[in-house]
Amino acid sequence: MLTKLVNMDRRIVFILVALAVIIPMMFPISLPISISKPTEDLYNFIDGLEEGSAIMLVFDYGPSSLAELNPMAKAILKQCFEKDIKVVGLTLYAVGTTMGSDLMKGVAEEKGAVYGEDYVFLGFRPGIELVILGMGTDISSIYEKDYYETPIVELPMMSNIKNYDQIELIVDLASGNLTESWIRFANVQFNQQIAAGVTGVIISQMYPYLQTGQLIGLISGIAGAAEYENLIEDPAKGVLWINIESFVHLLIVLLVIIGNIAFFVQRKQEE
Amino acid sequence: MIHNKTFVCITACLLIFLCGTYAFSQEPTFSPPTNVTAKDTPNDDGSSITVTWDAVPEDSGITGYKILRNTNSGEFEEIGKQLEPTATQFKDSNIEKGKTHAYYVQAITDSETVVNSQQTEGVLATGQWFHTGKSQLFIAMIILCAAILGSIYLSRNNQDVFVRRIPGLEAVDEAIGRATEMGRSILYVLGLGGVSGPATIASMTILGQVARRTADYETTLRVPCNDPIVLNVVREMVKASYLDEGRPDAYSEEDIFFLTDSQFAYAAGVDGMMLREKPAAIFLQGTFYAESLILAETGNSIGAIQIAGTDSEHQLPFLITACDYTLIGEELYAASAYLSKEPMQLGSLRGQDWGKVLIFLTIVFGVLLELFGVNWITTFLQRVG
Amino acid sequence: MKRQIPLILCFLFGVVMLLTQFSPHSYSQGVYEEVLNWARIITPFALIFSTITLLQTHITRIRRRTEHWQYSFIVFVGIAVMVIIGIPYGPQHPWFEWLFNNVQLPMDATMFSLLAFFIASAAYRAFRARNVEASLLLITAVIVMLGNVPVGDLIWNRLISLTPWSETFADGSSWMKQWILDNPNLSARRGIILGVSLGVISQSIRIILGIERSYLGGGD
Repeated sequence: MLTKLVNMDRRIVFILVALAVIIPMMFPISLPISISKPTEDLYNFIDGLEEGSAIMLVFDYGPSSLAELNPMAKAILKQCFEKDIKVVGLTLYAVGTTMGSDLMKGVAEEKGAVYGEDYVFLGFRPGIELVILGMGTDISSIYEKDYYETPIVELPMMSNIKNYDQIELIVDLASGNLTESWIRFANVQFNQQIAAGVTGVIISQMYPYLQTGQLIGLISGIAGAAEYENLIEDPAKGVLWINIESFVHLLIVLLVIIGNIAFFVQRKQEE
Repeated sequence: MIHNKTFVCITACLLIFLCGTYAFSQEPTFSPPTNVTAKDTPNDDGSSITVTWDAVPEDSGITGYKILRNTNSGEFEEIGKQLEPTATQFKDSNIEKGKTHAYYVQAITDSETVVNSQQTEGVLATGQWFHTGKSQLFIAMIILCAAILGSIYLSRNNQDVFVRRIPGLEAVDEAIGRATEMGRSILYVLGLGGVSGPATIASMTILGQVARRTADYETTLRVPCNDPIVLNVVREMVKASYLDEGRPDAYSEEDIFFLTDSQFAYAAGVDGMMLREKPAAIFLQGTFYAESLILAETGNSIGAIQIAGTDSEHQLPFLITACDYTLIGEELYAASAYLSKEPMQLGSLRGQDWGKVLIFLTIVFGVLLELFGVNWITTFLQRVG
Repeated sequence: MKRQIPLILCFLFGVVMLLTQFSPHSYSQGVYEEVLNWARIITPFALIFSTITLLQTHITRIRRRTEHWQYSFIVFVGIAVMVIIGIPYGPQHPWFEWLFNNVQLPMDATMFSLLAFFIASAAYRAFRARNVEASLLLITAVIVMLGNVPVGDLIWNRLISLTPWSETFADGSSWMKQWILDNPNLSARRGIILGVSLGVISQSIRIILGIERSYLGGGD
């Protein structure tokens, strides 16, 4: 029995994890969420922008990470549209194209934002480094047309946006290491302000950039998304997921404690 | 008397009118931006000019600045958007290369009154051959390269370069031997990096060494690739390793194949191979992201001996947890030298250690200086960054 | 000669590309961009070649009737459907979007979600207080796991409310998590990054000078 507990079949762990997700989903509860400084910094930066300024929102993630990153994207878009801040959407990750376009369209409909005036979606271009560097000089040299094949010179919003000089902030939502490319090329070469929203797995990778000030803010995983939703006072999927995630974390901690108790009892018996 | 009164009234009215006219015809009370200069922006490719000026005092009532640049016809046109009242610099990145540009700065008030600065001299932007802002980085690079090159030179005939034991690399032979004894295959995963990724190159060099041993032992080596260019390089490499060992007949091109370039589809494909083929040894070497634990846990579940190595430090905890051996960071880059035992390659490892000593001393020295309030070394290193 | 030409090219391109990093001049940047463009041009050709090898692999499997050979047909069907819809109509077409949203998206998300299960099973196995180091790892992991979610602060605040310092140490769980991430975690990461950077420099020098040539296949 003790040996079975120490070497618990992984399938039992899987079932327990599944239950820890399904049960709170069926009976949702609300837990108090404290706001971390990096999330608040990003919120405050966007909040402090003047009406009519522009930010760039980059969808550098694929379907696998949408559960964590879509809530962030939605929250940022809602904040921008409510404050009349223009948003230029794009992606350096081919599979991010459809998701980015759908998501912007969805939030714009909800907030009454108009395509071409309040936001644009430029789509995907290959060649990470050249795209980032090229847009620093002239966005239209990289994106002659937007995702919907409209020449960007015909988009009213883009008439005032030529390059990074007219972009107050780039927010990179990423599941890989593309944020580092934005820092290396847009921040270092063009002094462009950068913030990021990343998946939980790579949060620790971003901390050095926060400390050096190369990232002005950071949304960390689903917890960060929930914090941002609370900041814009519009709790949505992020808040729901973080409450569910709480139970999974709690379960893992309990399992670790049980595993250790069994391990110690077994070791005592062996002695 | 009446005439006198009339005269006085007319004179008074005239005076009031003249004073009013004079008052309204006065220039605004704030002065124009001073010390306006335009200079070729340093350390660029000659595509921008930087305009600087002294800020007008904040209480002067100005709301911002506009920058005007001369056109081909000699007229001046506004460029960029209106700048904040605190701005003292503007970088014009939209110049016409090879043409001389002149500027002036316009200060604007609440009432849209404008006052122009003096026009600057004409400036021709040119590109620079050396980025002076990177000179510290250049010096640091030269010092580190010199340490490594010096060590390589000194070790070229020295067979006794000491390298600490790296258990993960010691286990390579054990893993291949185990697979051979069990009559099962070896699965080599190169990660998700492209051919230009240092970790992928390091992984390929380890694969070259593994291939030599599998050629000797006649063990099946399966390599699912994620990147098309890596696939071609790896095929050539493994083929050459088998040729060098005199076993070209044992080389099977079908065992090195392209799976997909999609991250999780790749993870699914490799997991499927693990579960179906049950390889006795699994090498996870290269750049990994979130799929690392999915691969390593599946490998663990089939009881394969797993040797991982990555410079993706964020994935190290997962690999250490689920694999038997893990090469941490630089150990991955040392693998080729460690396995080949070539003196010059081993010498480069010694050079790396000298580099570490230099960095360590700089950190200690910097911390000590900071404690005494001297911060030039911190400033210097910040500029290197 | 077959080995020497690639080695000479490697040396030349290595040195030139390194120098372009320190020269902002348009000629130097032009060379840099040109080389990157060449690399980009190679990729589609390599992709075509790779697709051919993928098809060859599955044709062989079907021909030899290896285990689960029937699944290889799904590869051909998948490729055919995406090519037939994707190439003439582009990714904006509703059919393409439907396939993306209803096939690729759930499959990718499913694979990613496996991570949650594997993290739980790996954590259960790994976090055993076998010695002092393992115990430290265990305690740190528990603090970070709880500090990352609201329930951590909830538990902490409930516990601390039983003491006189409930005000002073409120939200201690997330504070401790942040401290661990900002200090011990960052220090260790920086150490690893420094080692990796030196390793990359050393490897690059070995490759540029032709000392390390196993990527060309073989030692000599």
